[in-house]
Amino acid sequence: MSSWIPLWLHKLGSPPTFYRFAGAVRPWAMGLALLAGAIGLYGGLVLAPADYQQGDAYRIIFIHVPSAWMSMFVYAVMGVSGFMALVWRMKLAEVVAMESAPIGAAFTLITLVTGSLWGKPMWGTWWTWDARLTSELVLLFLYLGVIGLYHAFEDRRQGARAASFLAIIGVINVPIVHFSVTWWNTLHQGSTVNIFGHSKMAWDMLWPLLVMTLATKAYYVASLCRRARTDLLALEGGKDWVRRIAEDEATR
Amino acid sequence: MRRASLPRACAAMLRRDLLLAWRRRGDLAMPVLYAVIVVVLFPFALGPDLALLQRIAGGVVLVTVLLAMLLALDAMFASDIEDGSLEQLVLAPQPLALMLGMKILAHWLATALPLIVIAPLLAGMLHLPTAAMPALVLALLLATPLLSLLGAVLVALTAGTRRSGMLLALMLLPLCVPVVIFAAGAVAAAQEGLPWFAPVAWLGAALILCVVLAPLACAAALRIALDS
Repeated sequence: MSSWIPLWLHKLGSPPTFYRFAGAVRPWAMGLALLAGAIGLYGGLVLAPADYQQGDAYRIIFIHVPSAWMSMFVYAVMGVSGFMALVWRMKLAEVVAMESAPIGAAFTLITLVTGSLWGKPMWGTWWTWDARLTSELVLLFLYLGVIGLYHAFEDRRQGARAASFLAIIGVINVPIVHFSVTWWNTLHQGSTVNIFGHSKMAWDMLWPLLVMTLATKAYYVASLCRRARTDLLALEGGKDWVRRIAEDEATR
Repeated sequence: MRRASLPRACAAMLRRDLLLAWRRRGDLAMPVLYAVIVVVLFPFALGPDLALLQRIAGGVVLVTVLLAMLLALDAMFASDIEDGSLEQLVLAPQPLALMLGMKILAHWLATALPLIVIAPLLAGMLHLPTAAMPALVLALLLATPLLSLLGAVLVALTAGTRRSGMLLALMLLPLCVPVVIFAAGAVAAAQEGLPWFAPVAWLGAALILCVVLAPLACAAALRIALDS
């Protein structure tokens, strides 16, 4: 391995170290998620002005857009860690990939549900076969396929590797979701918020959105830490470090 | 022991699988019967309205063929896993991807080709105009190998599991959405008298990509699934 990667990063790949690390990170991430979520929702639902055309109905974007970003971000994390699981056979990468899948599926479902709740008053329909909507639905099916394949194997590590492979094949859908509004000119609007360059959105509405984005990211980290810790304990049961934790818990 | 040359090994693989398929001729008829039954059900469910049937004919035939292939996909490696010949194939000195490519080809010849042969008949039952028939057959000729190749990768992934039928459908559905969109697009364009070359060209490009990559992915997936 190259020497520019610091040693602690290597150590983080070992289950007991990561278990402690995740335990330390989780409360901070959860606190940040709750704080940013409260600020973002207050800013979005109370402080931000109503839209001149859509009135108050537009406020659903403070949930919808961050969830949509997360649905793609989590899939990308799952794809990358799945690749690491297959190439370097890291146990931790398998755990991260497989424990990301249900969180990502939940974000995708939230995106689809909030989108259709908004679509009914605005577009006049719950659902339309628009490119963005369809590709997001396909993303949900990909998540469900990965979760299903993981649980179909009796050996969990083998299941994780097979599901990682499926996740990598499905990565092709992520750019399709992202660019669908540019490639096909259908009902869903184009992107309003740009990371590089000028966003086509008033600052009063933009800042709660960005704070909500931070909140969903922090929630993902917190949730992933908790799920990974549980999964590591189950996967490594019988190892010394797990037994020590079990004894500590028993004497407490 | 002398090593069999590559072309000879490929030919032997292909002959073996086709012979096995021929020995179980009854199984070959099943997807075809299934497709006929599904297509016959549509006029009963929707009513024998000529204009409506004509409009949905292309899509119905495509989806029916896809479902029939999905039913047959499950059995692609099943018997070889049971009698252990797949493990022998993994251990063989010939490249696994090439051998699996031959197996996929044999499977396509045995299941998809009969479906393509009766597809014009099915489309005729739904009154698809004759002018759109060449587009339908060409779209099927390009779309069915794509489905076989994509399906083979997923079947290989589920090779180590017991309950794989519904799971296979769940995994194949997202991957075959673009195939269905382009194939149906070609038939719909031909039906309206528009040029239908562009979607067919997309299918052809995707097929070329899959012919190269899918056997490799299939081999990698099989190694994961059998590795225990």
